Amino acid sequence: MFELFGISSQALFGQLLIGLINGSFYALLSLGLAVIFGMLNIINFAHGAQYMLGAFAAYFLLQYAGLGYWWAIVLAPIVVGITGIIIERLFLQWLYKLDHLYGLLLTFGLALIFEGTFRNFFGSSGLPYSVPPALQGGQNLGFMFLPNYRGWVVVFSLAVCLTTWFVIERTKLGSYLRAATENPALVRAFGINVPRMITLTYGFGVALAALAGVMAAPIYNVSPQMGANLIIVVFAVVVIGGMGSIMGAIVTGFGLGLIEGLTKVFFPEASNTVIFIIMAIVLLIRPAGLFGRSA
Amino acid sequence: MKRLFTLTAVAVALGCGCAQAQYTDGTIKIGVMNDMSGTYSDLSGQGSVVAARMAVEDFGAAAKGMKVEIVGADHQNKPDVGSNVVRTWIDVDKVDAIVDVPTSSVALAVNEIVRDKNKVFLVSGAAASDLTGPKCTPNTIHWTYDTWALANGTGKAIVKTGGDTWFFLTADYAFGHALERDTAAVVEKNGGKVIGKVRHPFPGTDFSSFLLQAQASKAKIIGLANAGSDTINSIKQASEFGITQSGQNLAALLAFITDVHALGLKTAQGLIMTEAWYWDLNDANREFAKKFAPQVKGVHPTMVHAGVYSAVMHYLKAVEALKSDGDGKAVVAKMKEMPTDDKLFGKGEVRADGRKIHPMYLFEVKKPAESKAPWDYYKLRATIPADEAFRPMAEGGCPLVKS
Repeated sequence: MFELFGISSQALFGQLLIGLINGSFYALLSLGLAVIFGMLNIINFAHGAQYMLGAFAAYFLLQYAGLGYWWAIVLAPIVVGITGIIIERLFLQWLYKLDHLYGLLLTFGLALIFEGTFRNFFGSSGLPYSVPPALQGGQNLGFMFLPNYRGWVVVFSLAVCLTTWFVIERTKLGSYLRAATENPALVRAFGINVPRMITLTYGFGVALAALAGVMAAPIYNVSPQMGANLIIVVFAVVVIGGMGSIMGAIVTGFGLGLIEGLTKVFFPEASNTVIFIIMAIVLLIRPAGLFGRSA
Repeated sequence: MKRLFTLTAVAVALGCGCAQAQYTDGTIKIGVMNDMSGTYSDLSGQGSVVAARMAVEDFGAAAKGMKVEIVGADHQNKPDVGSNVVRTWIDVDKVDAIVDVPTSSVALAVNEIVRDKNKVFLVSGAAASDLTGPKCTPNTIHWTYDTWALANGTGKAIVKTGGDTWFFLTADYAFGHALERDTAAVVEKNGGKVIGKVRHPFPGTDFSSFLLQAQASKAKIIGLANAGSDTINSIKQASEFGITQSGQNLAALLAFITDVHALGLKTAQGLIMTEAWYWDLNDANREFAKKFAPQVKGVHPTMVHAGVYSAVMHYLKAVEALKSDGDGKAVVAKMKEMPTDDKLFGKGEVRADGRKIHPMYLFEVKKPAESKAPWDYYKLRATIPADEAFRPMAEGGCPLVKS
């Protein structure tokens, strides 16, 4: 095995795999954000809170309904997606014609309300949620011990991301969606219910966040703060990838996870800031983001 | 006639003034500042405000005619936010004493401000032993615990039972550095070796990368020089990566009962930690916990909460004896002069360097089968007597201590 800058290749591959796992969370979350921004032009600051709601929904399903992880993966996104639809119908639909700032402020306020309420009732140390029995244990890969659950996270996120990309970019439904964003009046003239499509799209983006929350529940603490810490990084990911680009969000999510993983090996103290440094550089060179299309 | 009346009025006013105590603003105002919303909010937070109120009640301030007011604030673990709050409190709200302040970086900043403004600073939550070392001031008392006591308790115990190679996972700010430094010193003094360390950003969420490095180092002990949610997540993720199963042990250098509660006994069993106070040690503590818990949603008091109670109680006694609260240095000098005695910590004293002295306890977390009720988490492994528990005054480097 070779050595790179004093780190053995074994340790390096281990860190890259960890980076990939973190990257899958970034990818899932930034996908939801990119879908919402690309389709609705709303900067959804409540995304982190909705991720947290997904994790809490999984916790409640287990505590009060006895429904385990596999039920939660299906039910929690649906439940949180419905709350997303309610938010869209009640608040967001009035803001589409206005400046982006209003959507940002509204969703930011909602995030603070959600997080404050949950923190009031549940404290901040977090609640336990265990890894489902089918995914416990791990594989010794030689260069590291990979917990089965983390391997599942990478595989499942990749599957969800690619399916979403495929639906939006390659199917008829996706083409309606993309057309409705570009020219809603014309699409309505064709008889397609544009407001309903937009509502369902927001619900879908929120459901993606909740799905990420369910997947995070067993490995990160189910705590009211879990979204607040992550959302800033995810925004940076979306900005680097290009605000409306689906593939950009996915690729950047995984890529930045890898880069962050490498930073943790060589210069751990900077691991929190490296993504923002990259964001600053990318914005200077390509303001629309790496995969974005300039308006 | 008018002149006689005026003179009499003045004389009466002055006479009344001498007989009464002179409290700034007529009130003794105590400010409890800590993390109310983040990593450390469960071990301190609103509970510390409750503990302070309980101390005022038990002191019987109302019956003695003393007006005591408690205010609380959130410093969000940020030194700039904490400094602003304290400045506003002292300059505008006439707060006389600042209590609690976990997060050593904030505590060190507040330490300087309180000294400059000559008020009183009673630290319960923060850990850095520098507060009674190079950074000691005549206005600060470090009440509950510090990094040296933790290192001396947990570090020494673990090295003596065979854990002689260490790898540190450290929170990258003042507290983590202090705890790592003090524990490394204890490890090396007792014949162990520190084979590596890694610093993680504070607060952190994902420690998998750092734990992997700890695993690769093959050290027998992975020392967690962090606290609150950071410790909880480190322990959870270490168990996930099979670190504890493959023969390495975790040393939670600073852990509170609220952390064990969040982890659950299944994950936390066997952890060894040093604390200054535990609610189930004796009847007085149990009674305090019974009164405390309903006010804080069932959460049982941590040593930080108990320290706030004890510090406020002693502060009020000193202010009562002095009959004034305006001069911080004088009040602290009085607190050092009077021996301490309260129902939670018993008899103790405050040293010249501002260090409160009491015994420390080494606990081990019970197995799930051994726990008979919620919050019944610890079994007592050893008691470290008060004269051995804290760093000897001469070794601290505090300028107040005359060598």
